Amino acid sequence: MDFKNAKELLALCQEKNLPISEVMRQREILLGETSAKIVDQRMDKVLEIMKDAAFSPIKNPVKSMGGLIGGESRKLYEFQFQGKSLCGNVLSRSITYAMATLETNASMGLIVASPTAGSAGIVPGLMLALQEVYEFSDETIRQALFNAGAIGYLAMRNATVAGAVGGCQAEVGIASAMAASAAVELLGGTPLQCTYAASTVLMNMLGLVCDPVGGLVEYPCQNRNAAGVSNALIAAEMSLAGITQFIPLDEMIDTMYTVGKKLPAELRETALGGCAATPSACERCHLCS
Amino acid sequence: MSFISVFDVMGPNMIGPSSSHTAGAARIAFLAQKMITPPLKKVEFTLYGSFARTYKGHGTDRALLGGIMGFSTDDMRIRNSFDIATDNGIDFSFTPNEVETDVHPNTVDIHMVNDQGQEMTVRGESLGGGKVRIVEINHVKVDFTGEYSAIIVIHQDTPGVVAYITRCLSERNINIAFMRLFRESKGTTAYTIVESDGHLPEDIVESIHQNTNIHDVMVVQM
Repeated sequence: MDFKNAKELLALCQEKNLPISEVMRQREILLGETSAKIVDQRMDKVLEIMKDAAFSPIKNPVKSMGGLIGGESRKLYEFQFQGKSLCGNVLSRSITYAMATLETNASMGLIVASPTAGSAGIVPGLMLALQEVYEFSDETIRQALFNAGAIGYLAMRNATVAGAVGGCQAEVGIASAMAASAAVELLGGTPLQCTYAASTVLMNMLGLVCDPVGGLVEYPCQNRNAAGVSNALIAAEMSLAGITQFIPLDEMIDTMYTVGKKLPAELRETALGGCAATPSACERCHLCS
Repeated sequence: MSFISVFDVMGPNMIGPSSSHTAGAARIAFLAQKMITPPLKKVEFTLYGSFARTYKGHGTDRALLGGIMGFSTDDMRIRNSFDIATDNGIDFSFTPNEVETDVHPNTVDIHMVNDQGQEMTVRGESLGGGKVRIVEINHVKVDFTGEYSAIIVIHQDTPGVVAYITRCLSERNINIAFMRLFRESKGTTAYTIVESDGHLPEDIVESIHQNTNIHDVMVVQM
């Protein structure tokens, strides 16, 4: 029950007539030499942490360690509460929870790196928004997290999820591909449609640089988590509507990795380029002085 | 290729903000404190590279201090580790070293002193995603990750010691995953590091210690 790439994953899904999530779950039980009960309990814990991290800053906003962010999710929440949201129900909740999770992270709260701390808001952002709007049970969301895990595993195995190696496209890009795929499965799409959505996200976020102000996981990371979750949602909708992609996920993961390695070091988490090198960012940061 | 678990992707569960600068730092210090008899009286951290430049904003200092007190990467007490260390009577300091650049970008030296006056220095590197590597013990180059249970034996560099260690392991039916030998120089102090799958029996320390050429034995359980 193992697979090296998306092609093998899809073949397994077809052969066993299982969704991506269940293939990944059974792979974990088998290769992790553990039981279904333990695997599910661990994923329940993941979901529990994700909820706390996404909900708590809305109630109790806190300033980040580096002082660059804090309070954004509360503002979004109040704006929606007043009926002013432009994005609509699912997306407005998604960006609120995604940004909230980054606030929790930046204030030394407990989060799930999914796949990284800097991109930790995207998978929970979309999953929790869909849960609320479509009234999915915790068990259903837990299962969808295995789907997200499968896409992240492919990127970890065949490329990278480190901003220092592949830029933000490797962190926020992959997290968004994970969320898009999981969303498609949640809404009844096929395994192939899941990979179309993931492929779309990587296409749309290709080349995104990692340029954190002051080298901290705060700004623009938090904004990009909102951007990532939006990309995931549009890709999921496109795929569910029947739009196909002729560049398969494996090729998009490969090209994301190739592009990432071509990014100059200044744009790979060193805080020497991009947003981090703007005059206004330098004024805030004092890293070089 | 080693197995990538779904919880390596959807995880680790960690105190933010950074898997390398916070979770990895806590993990290095957690491994370091396993190598000295508690309680600790004093600990000095020297930070290099990106650790030196950004440790405050990443809470690297709090994470290191938390790890030294045995907190895991998802322990909420990390946030308050300064106060907790002070309450426990641990004297601590952080020194950024930006002069030495010939090191991995996220490197820390941890100098520990316990209440018996025993000293130990450990150098660790944070590799990203919460993964770490211990690369020096008391200035001798070593290499282990803490992903397996490890036995660290400090001994005289003399014939027969390694054979003795492996005999102790085989008597307890311990399967060796990796085994490496490091030394300061010929005939001086040597370090044998044995990594094994699963939990190690606690009495292994006592059994290995019986050989007079063995100075110290430490076990770091996975």
